[in-house]
Amino acid sequence: MSRWIGSATQRVGGLARVTGAYEYVGDIRLTGVLHAKLVTLDVPHARILSIDTKAAERVAGVRLVMTAADLPQPVPRFGPQFLDRPVLAVGESKYHGDPVAAVAADTVEAAEEAARLVRVSYEELPAVFTVAAALAPGAPLVQDPCLRPGDPRSGTNVLGEHRFHWGDVDAAQSDVVVKGDYTFPMVTHFAIEPHAFMAAPDEDGIAVWSSIQHPYWLQKTIAELLHLPLAKVRVIAPDPGGAFGGKQHAKYEPLIAFMALKAGRPVRLVLTLEETFQAVRRNSAEIHVRTGFRSDGTITFREVESNYLLGAYADIADRTVSKGGYISCGPYRIPAARIVARSILSHTPPSTAFRGFGTPQPNWAVESNMDEAARLLGIDPLELRLRNLARRGDAFIPGDTPCDGDWEDTVRKAAAMIGWGSPKASGHGRGIALGIKSGPTTGLSYATVRMLADASVILYAGTSDMGQGARTIHAQIAAEELGVPVEHITVVMGDTAVVPYDQQTSASRSTVLMGNAVLQACAEIQGKLKVMAARLHGVDVGSIVAEHGVIRIGDQELAMTDVLKAGLGKLGGEVIGNGESRKEAEPGHPLSGKAAFYEFNCTAVEAAVDEETGEVSLVDYATVSDVGKALNPLQIRGQDEGAAIQGLGHTLMEHYVFDGSGRILNLGAIDYRIPTSMDLPARLRSEVVENGDGPGPYGAKGMSEGALLPVAAAVAAAVRDATGAVIRDLPLTPERVWQALAQREESEVMALR
Amino acid sequence: MTDHALTTEGRQRMTLTVNGRRHTLDVVPEQTLLGLLRDDLGLTGTKSCCQVGECGACTVSLDGSIVDSCLVLALEADGAEVTTVEGLATGGRLSRLQESFLEHGATQCGYCTPGQMMTAHDLLRRIPSPTASQVQEGMSGNLCRCAAYYQITEAVLAAAGDER
Repeated sequence: MSRWIGSATQRVGGLARVTGAYEYVGDIRLTGVLHAKLVTLDVPHARILSIDTKAAERVAGVRLVMTAADLPQPVPRFGPQFLDRPVLAVGESKYHGDPVAAVAADTVEAAEEAARLVRVSYEELPAVFTVAAALAPGAPLVQDPCLRPGDPRSGTNVLGEHRFHWGDVDAAQSDVVVKGDYTFPMVTHFAIEPHAFMAAPDEDGIAVWSSIQHPYWLQKTIAELLHLPLAKVRVIAPDPGGAFGGKQHAKYEPLIAFMALKAGRPVRLVLTLEETFQAVRRNSAEIHVRTGFRSDGTITFREVESNYLLGAYADIADRTVSKGGYISCGPYRIPAARIVARSILSHTPPSTAFRGFGTPQPNWAVESNMDEAARLLGIDPLELRLRNLARRGDAFIPGDTPCDGDWEDTVRKAAAMIGWGSPKASGHGRGIALGIKSGPTTGLSYATVRMLADASVILYAGTSDMGQGARTIHAQIAAEELGVPVEHITVVMGDTAVVPYDQQTSASRSTVLMGNAVLQACAEIQGKLKVMAARLHGVDVGSIVAEHGVIRIGDQELAMTDVLKAGLGKLGGEVIGNGESRKEAEPGHPLSGKAAFYEFNCTAVEAAVDEETGEVSLVDYATVSDVGKALNPLQIRGQDEGAAIQGLGHTLMEHYVFDGSGRILNLGAIDYRIPTSMDLPARLRSEVVENGDGPGPYGAKGMSEGALLPVAAAVAAAVRDATGAVIRDLPLTPERVWQALAQREESEVMALR
Repeated sequence: MTDHALTTEGRQRMTLTVNGRRHTLDVVPEQTLLGLLRDDLGLTGTKSCCQVGECGACTVSLDGSIVDSCLVLALEADGAEVTTVEGLATGGRLSRLQESFLEHGATQCGYCTPGQMMTAHDLLRRIPSPTASQVQEGMSGNLCRCAAYYQITEAVLAAAGDER
């Protein structure tokens, strides 16, 4: 039936990528542009005593040296959750890389030279960069308490404490209680396109270019900071060259905007990779899990305490904590649960959203806890999960969206793919883990579709295509509905002056929320085409059916494209459809809205461990996601395999290394390794489960993050299966595995009744 | 290195041929080949990321061998023939490798794609019928954070098969 839906349509926008023609922000050349360079201190925490810009200003080509003193006073602050981040550091530099000044010059070289000549007199202050240090009595406060008036925790480094519970944990009757303490490392997004920003005065407003995921949110932020109407702030957001959550919210756009207005000229800033390490990262976390079981494996209760280490400014990280904490008990039927998730500030670079949005951290802990429990109970880890897994309709988090899939299908499929239960080679081990993430809790997306006189289509959608392929998906939907080939559709994104509002590109929402808006816009066009057909054929509109590009009048089938051309007549013109997809907030809900859908994945791996070196090799890897409906199998495969391999980064190799004072020692590509083509599992296969049960077009659910969630727990379980070594800290570097092999420990059993 | 005529402001004159077009430029000694391509010639298809020769985003062909153009001084390329991603399609037709990348979903965000393709072209020139592991070893210097590595490997193998 469908020509386009479910087809491996090639990437819309792909041609410009393989020819090098696509212009990312850093590729755009504006006449008269000034190049900016940030001035930072090589210490994590310092009191700024004075800043001398004279020598910097004398460098040939320097047009502007900006410090906090040159900004409106008090220095404006911004942030998606709290207005806590100053445009430039005020009084204190709060993390290694916190800019205290910025230079704009005719050339990059002049800007760099001048930035080195800005003399900052400062007093180094003690820094906190671990959970323990940040929570210690008398710890230096990261945030000025006056930024949190009325918050009883403002005298501590705890920014937020999110508690969720159901049932009676203390009354639970358990045969075995399994507990463990786990850590998740501090890792960075490492998009290959470093963040790039540009701003230019634009008549009586401003234009801002950014490699950002949420251009409309940025528009609002800039409008508020500059006291401009939204209509006077134009955000141009070319497709990001990888984002993964790191490009969701404003970083240095406010600074560049103030600089451009002060200089009266365009200003651009392209971060070095080292600077991106100091601009975005994932929360590290320490997670404590306690789970009660009956001897048959039935879960009686679960407690999860997650302490997430945020940076000096909150960005969206506290939301990742509440959302990640909320679902941390996993996709299981759990009669009693007690969850606490804390956002803890530290003198480190601001953490933010990163694929999984606060979920991979507790997922690692809870799924490892399940594996340890299975071994203690003498139950197969797959069976233990199936015994407790929520079934369709189960309110596994009371009051939220019930289980919306046949998740058992997903789990059994992944297990079968690696031959779970079959004999395995000596020294090999197998592991399995589940991942679940809440989809978007609120949303608002508009789409406009214009069907032009020759039946080609221009589609406007405010989604950001950062590699996930949103352009393709939206074009496929319009192609399917209007009977127009994808090659005749242009998808316009990334310009707030042209494209209607979209709340954000996050939480794997765009196929569902924007997809539904595109579907609705196409339905409006179909309605207008039906009216045309009724007029042309002298029949009643009510007797006409429009679907999948075809207008049906009785037995007669007309292509929509033909109806359009005949209906528009000699004068031509176009038919326009608008769509709106809205998910309102729900007052009283702990996350202010139920999940639009769940991303559910099962990952099963077979690993071999070199007992001499501690090196882990992945022999076989299966990742299966419940996607509702695979609108584009080629892109789904790319997302799931990409998520899996990205997850192997924090599982096997990635982590920030700090010196004793809180400086990051491994900034950049030489000392911080991400997976390359030499780090791949010997065999990796991704599959989907399609039951057409999602809320998106054609039954689709959001996907792209799910396959990252269980990677670490599945791999660690395979290592445990192969060697007996229990490792509760990531990454599983050869050194760490080797040490664990040297001191194999048993899981801690707290109580046996 | 050849002798360079000094021009104004410490710049030196050099010539090089990029994608078949000859250019004469005055460059500062510290200018990199990457900077020359992107900033002086406006050929922004070659991407910049790590600046230390670790990520491969800036890979170009220099006199028939691939290099990280961030690590090559522009003056070292004096008189050289350079091919960049913009030179892969000829006469408005995509190379087989470019087509293959599209067919196999080997480009996601696309930022690493130019470097991946330059390396792959070089690999297929040296090893016309590679195995998957030869492709993965040969392209291990090109990072892809979208991690499309399997699809990139398949695209390269398919292009090799067609060209045989």
